Amino acid sequence: MTWSWIASNAGLIRQLTLANAFLGIMPALLGLAVSVPLGIACVRWGWLYPPVLSAASAVYALPSLALFVVLIPYTGLSDTTVIIPLTLFSLCVLVPSVVDGLRGVPEPVRQAATAMGLRPLRRLVTVELPLAAPVIFGGLRVAAVSSISLASVGQLIGVSSLGYLFIDGLQRSFPTEIYVGIGGVILLAVLCDASLVLARGLLTPWQRQRQRRRRPGAVVGAPVGDAITRTGHSA
Amino acid sequence: MRQQWRGPASIPVRIIEHLGYSGLSLLIAGLIALPLGVALGHSGRGAFFVVNLANAWRAIPTLGLLVLMVILLGFSPLAWLIPLVALAVPPILINAYEGVAGVERELKDVARGMGMRPWQQLIRVEIPVALPLILLGLRTAATFVVSTATIAAEIGLGGLGRYIIDGLSVSDYGQVAGGAALVVLLAMAVQLLFAGLRRLIVSAGLRKQAS
Repeated sequence: MTWSWIASNAGLIRQLTLANAFLGIMPALLGLAVSVPLGIACVRWGWLYPPVLSAASAVYALPSLALFVVLIPYTGLSDTTVIIPLTLFSLCVLVPSVVDGLRGVPEPVRQAATAMGLRPLRRLVTVELPLAAPVIFGGLRVAAVSSISLASVGQLIGVSSLGYLFIDGLQRSFPTEIYVGIGGVILLAVLCDASLVLARGLLTPWQRQRQRRRRPGAVVGAPVGDAITRTGHSA
Repeated sequence: MRQQWRGPASIPVRIIEHLGYSGLSLLIAGLIALPLGVALGHSGRGAFFVVNLANAWRAIPTLGLLVLMVILLGFSPLAWLIPLVALAVPPILINAYEGVAGVERELKDVARGMGMRPWQQLIRVEIPVALPLILLGLRTAATFVVSTATIAAEIGLGGLGRYIIDGLSVSDYGQVAGGAALVVLLAMAVQLLFAGLRRLIVSAGLRKQAS
């Protein structure tokens, strides 16, 4: 470990960290923007869910590097080339979490909202989505952390991220650089995860008063049957 | 044209190399993770460990681990085995754990009521019931390993990633796209293999229930 290298390259490290954060967070947010309407549609029209789920898990099985490469002729060596595949991967986690979250809203709550005179759209926005929020946040955390980690692979097609430190460190046989890269990715993922936990706490204050509920199963993998929490994607 | 099909850089050789790296890594990961996951799930202990493993696993950049191992260990097989095994262990372990830990109380009581000894309960009831999840874990791990073996070409390994990495370095996008297509086909073949395996070895009653 050559500590002086870190100090003298602080500017570069900061710049790469910011680039990596952008490449990791954008897919999670875009994925959320797609999953919420898609998830609502899947709950409303139940027949839609199985094909959507199969499509999402089929995409999820594809290697990220292969998808980056396939997009190069269309979007060039730009951030978009990395963001589109990572967004597609995030759908595999986010759509099921939106659907599970909405389906988990207790029927009496829904009936009470209807009895209070809320129309379907209003009920969805003011009652059902807020109650589904904790589950959706669970999916968002998984999506964000894995996108941040995966964004570093974008370096192989020349899109700048902390992955630069891996490739450069390899070429120069300089372990410090690689330690910094790995540490940076993990730190970024932990920070992002922590801010999502914080945001969830602020957005769903009623959760704090409740007793801790049983943790949902931590099933890892593409959706099969009623697997609950899903994982991020690998390279 | 001919060199695509014959010689050391031909497509069949690259596919076999790719499957070799993936298969060996998956085998070692399975030997480590399956007994551990089943044991933890059976005892009901270690939930905290398993959840944290799942979280940590998502954050670790495999590419970084790969290049680090090359620098520390040189170009020995361990340099790619360690990252690929590390990638494959968590999904196998977590799903085996969840599968066995999630077997219903009533089912275990019935097994005991039928006079099964504890290890018979495990082998004849808990593991078969957990099999769909155990297979899901293996399938996930296999998919990840096959995908990630692609980036192993970055550290000078063979396999299908060679076409992508080499093609990129000389801007030959035809070769790159061909390599990408082959990796995608291989990943889909792996999915199909596990779908078939599921059909073969999961009990019919369970399959009906799950899908």
